[in-house]
Formats: sequence, structure tokens, C-alpha cells
Amino acid sequence: MLDLSLLPDGGVRWLDASGQHADVVLSTRVRLARNVEGYAFAGRAREGERLRVLAQVREALADVSTMPGSFMVRLEDLTVTDRAMLFERHLVSRELAGLEAQHPLRSGAAVYLSDGLSVMINEEDHLRMQSLQSGFELRAAYAALDRVDRELGARVPFSYHGEFGFLTACPTNVGTGMRASVLIHLPGLVLTKEIGRVLAGLQQMGLTYRGLYGEGSEVVGNFFQISNQTTLGRSEEELLDQLIRVVGHAIEREEEARRVLLRDAGYIIEDKLWRAYGTLRYARSLTFDEAMNYLSGVRLAVGLKLIRGLSVYTLNKLLIFSQAAHLAAAEGRSLTESETNLARARYVRRALEEEAGAVG
Amino acid sequence: MVCDNCHERDAVVNLTTIVNNAVRQLHLCERCAAERGVETTVATPKHPLGEFLQAVQQQSLPAGADAGRCTFCGQTMKDFRETGRMGCARCYTTFESSLRELLRRVHGGPRHIGRTYRPPSDARVEKSGALGELREKLRRAIEQEQFEAAAELRDRIKVLE
Repeated sequence: MLDLSLLPDGGVRWLDASGQHADVVLSTRVRLARNVEGYAFAGRAREGERLRVLAQVREALADVSTMPGSFMVRLEDLTVTDRAMLFERHLVSRELAGLEAQHPLRSGAAVYLSDGLSVMINEEDHLRMQSLQSGFELRAAYAALDRVDRELGARVPFSYHGEFGFLTACPTNVGTGMRASVLIHLPGLVLTKEIGRVLAGLQQMGLTYRGLYGEGSEVVGNFFQISNQTTLGRSEEELLDQLIRVVGHAIEREEEARRVLLRDAGYIIEDKLWRAYGTLRYARSLTFDEAMNYLSGVRLAVGLKLIRGLSVYTLNKLLIFSQAAHLAAAEGRSLTESETNLARARYVRRALEEEAGAVG
Repeated sequence: MVCDNCHERDAVVNLTTIVNNAVRQLHLCERCAAERGVETTVATPKHPLGEFLQAVQQQSLPAGADAGRCTFCGQTMKDFRETGRMGCARCYTTFESSLRELLRRVHGGPRHIGRTYRPPSDARVEKSGALGELREKLRRAIEQEQFEAAAELRDRIKVLE
């Protein structure tokens, strides 16, 4: 069994609702893709090559001072529930966790975890380093990651090309190898039907959006992950600046939409959001999508101060801990879909009960 | 149901507008909805790689460009079309001419202008590799209680460090 308690707050400190605009922006993530010179990329490498990459990086990371208190987990040593839990906490990708049918678990797949920083080894690229922070904190997240990148890159030779920059398995990541993204909650823009225009606008700016779990995931609960689409031809600073500008604008539009909703439809909105809270508080069975949508409503109500006494941190934790693998781990056995929905409703009910006294 | 706006096409969108606490329902066809700036779906955009691979397939390659095989990992352009992934760093040099135009199309910019990087000198890498190997030997020597060998290994590690 994986002991996530070795990490401060089990590796979910990125949920603690600190950081700028934390009621709208859940988290900021920056990742860098790097490959170690001298080996085929992980997808084409032989098992022996992947194990040598792992050994070489392990050796180098032991001397890296910018990831204090880190520890390594080999994915092969974990049960499927533990691997899914790491994925649900956004600490590893679905591919590294071996949860995708077309990408079975790779030998040599590992992850180094420390507070807010992680390094995946033998993902699609040999190294996927990521920095995860609560709130809208792109510069801080990048700065922390850049230090690890420089320190590690001075010990392990990365594949680099004078014209194409850092070389990656997928050509869409080549250049900086950087993907910076912000997980943002935009219910106001969805309710006022402004969202289409905002999303179209950001796509014109070379940015893209996805659902809660990145690539290929559906938008649920009005949570959007906004990130840079391209990685070549612009510097890290330019890419970050643009994302900061566009996300800042989206936050302003969201706040404006919320003001409009309150002004023009105050009691309708208030009623709708309290109903969402009521459902979460008393439902006996909840699907994941239902839970997400009601949590989205309650989160909006807390943001609008229509519901008081409920912390954003609690709502953030509900988002992560009410997922299937977390529920299965808490129950100590694998669950069918209907059992999962029952367990989810029970978990949400209990968590809200704890704070119910203060809610009003 | 026909569209409340053009009264011609079928309504596919329910638009709820709220003005001064009054709720108004409008049933619109896709076109009239679009004119009001309503997106009919908030779908996840296709993976950029989809477009990228499409571009690869449409690209008219110079004769023989496809025949190459990476000397390091054995990958061909045909493999790339199937998987969308390069096999190793050398592939970027092997297929450089085919890739250059594609990268420009996908990313907009053709050249990396971000952080530059110089790999550590060989000596340092070798030292790091050698140190790793020695430490591993030391660990095994201690496990097997070969203390004389362990002491010698520890001295060699100290020198390298």
C-alpha cells in the first residue's frame, strides 16, 4: 500500500486554497518534458534502456537540492487502486499509471514526489517534471520547476537541438517542452452563455482548454484547464506572460458575469445553488458527474457569499477524494459502479456534516 | 419545433435569458444561436496531434524522403505516421527536412528561442555514472559482509567526490 502521508498533506497541498484568486483558480501546473541523451524515447526503448534511464536519473536526483524530502515510487510496485489514486491527485499522468488500454504499465515507470514538485520517469518522455501549486501562481510554479530543471540538467545530459530546442517524443512538445496550465472554475460565464466567446478567444491566442484531467478529458462541473498550445518559437517567459494575461482577463470576465447574475437573477441563482448544497448534503447516491456539477454550484455560492461558513479547501478536497479510487481505498476493497455512487454520497454527506454547524 | 427567430429551421438550442428577474425561454436553430454568440456545444477540442498527423499525411514529401530509417532507433516516417511519436533524439536529425515545415505549421514559429541548454561535460557525466556504479558495489559489498572490499570502494568514492 502506498503511503501518501509521507508527503505534506498527502500531495494535495495544491488544493489548500492558498495563492491568488483561489476561489476561481483551483491550481496552477507547469510541466517540462525532457529526454536523456543516449537512449531511445521511452515508448520505443527496450526495457534495459528504461531501467538505465531510471538508474541514471535516480543517481542524479539524489544530489539535487531543489527537491527536498522527495521519495521515489515505482509504479510496478503499486496496486491498480494506488496507481489510480496518484492519478486522481494529479501527481502522475494516466499513461504513467498504466491506466490506459493502449498504454499498459511500462517497466521502469517511476515518480519522484516532493512537496509541490514531481518528476515522472519513463512516461512518454524520459522525464516529465511538474510543479503544482494552489491558486493562480504561474510564475512561482515555473520558478520552482526551473530550479530543478537546471540542477538536474547539469547532472544528466538532456536531448537538445540547436534549432528545435528540447527534443520530445511528440513533436507538439518540442522546443521549450513546457506546458503551463491553470485549472479554472467558470460557472458564471457558462450560466451567462459567455463561455463560448471566451474559449474561442483564447484559442485564437494560441491557447487551448481541456477538462479536469487534461488531454482528452471532458469538461465537467464548469472546470476548465487552460494551457499553452504551442511550445516552439516563443520563450518560456513569453508563453507564461500570455497565459497570465489571458487567464487574468478570463477571471475578470467571470467576476463580471457573477455580478450580472446576482443583480439580474439574484433569487433564482440563490435558490439553484442552495438546492445544489441540499442535494450534496442529503443524496444517497451520486455519480461523479453529478457530484462535480453540484460541487460547482456550491463553489459558486461560496464565491458569491450566498453560502457562508464552508471553506474552499473542503470543496477542493471533496473534488479529489470523492473519486472512484479514493473511495475504493477508503472502503478497503474494490467497488462496483453503484457501490461507488453510494460511497461517494456517503463521503460527501459526512464531509459536509462536519462543517454544517457553521453553514448559513 | 421551429426556431423562434427565423421560423424556418428546426430549433436545437434552448436559450434561457434572465432580464430583471424575468426568465425567458428562446428556442433557436443552430445558425440563429450562433448569431447571438451562443456556442451549441462546449466540447473538448480535438487533440492538436490529430491536426498534426493530418498535416503529416497531407504533406507532399520529396521522393525518397520517406525511405529513410533512423540509424539509432530504426524508426521510419511510416512509424511516425502511425504513432505520432518520434523514436529518439536522432530521429529529429534523420527526418529534419520533413519535420521543419511541419513544426512551423503546428507551432507557428520554426526555431526554438526559449532557454538554451548545454549538456554537462562528459567528464562530469562519467564521474556521476562511475560514482553510481561504485556506490552500488559498495552497497553489495556491505550486504555480503565483504568489509575489506567495502573499505577500498569507500576510499575510491571519496577520491571521486
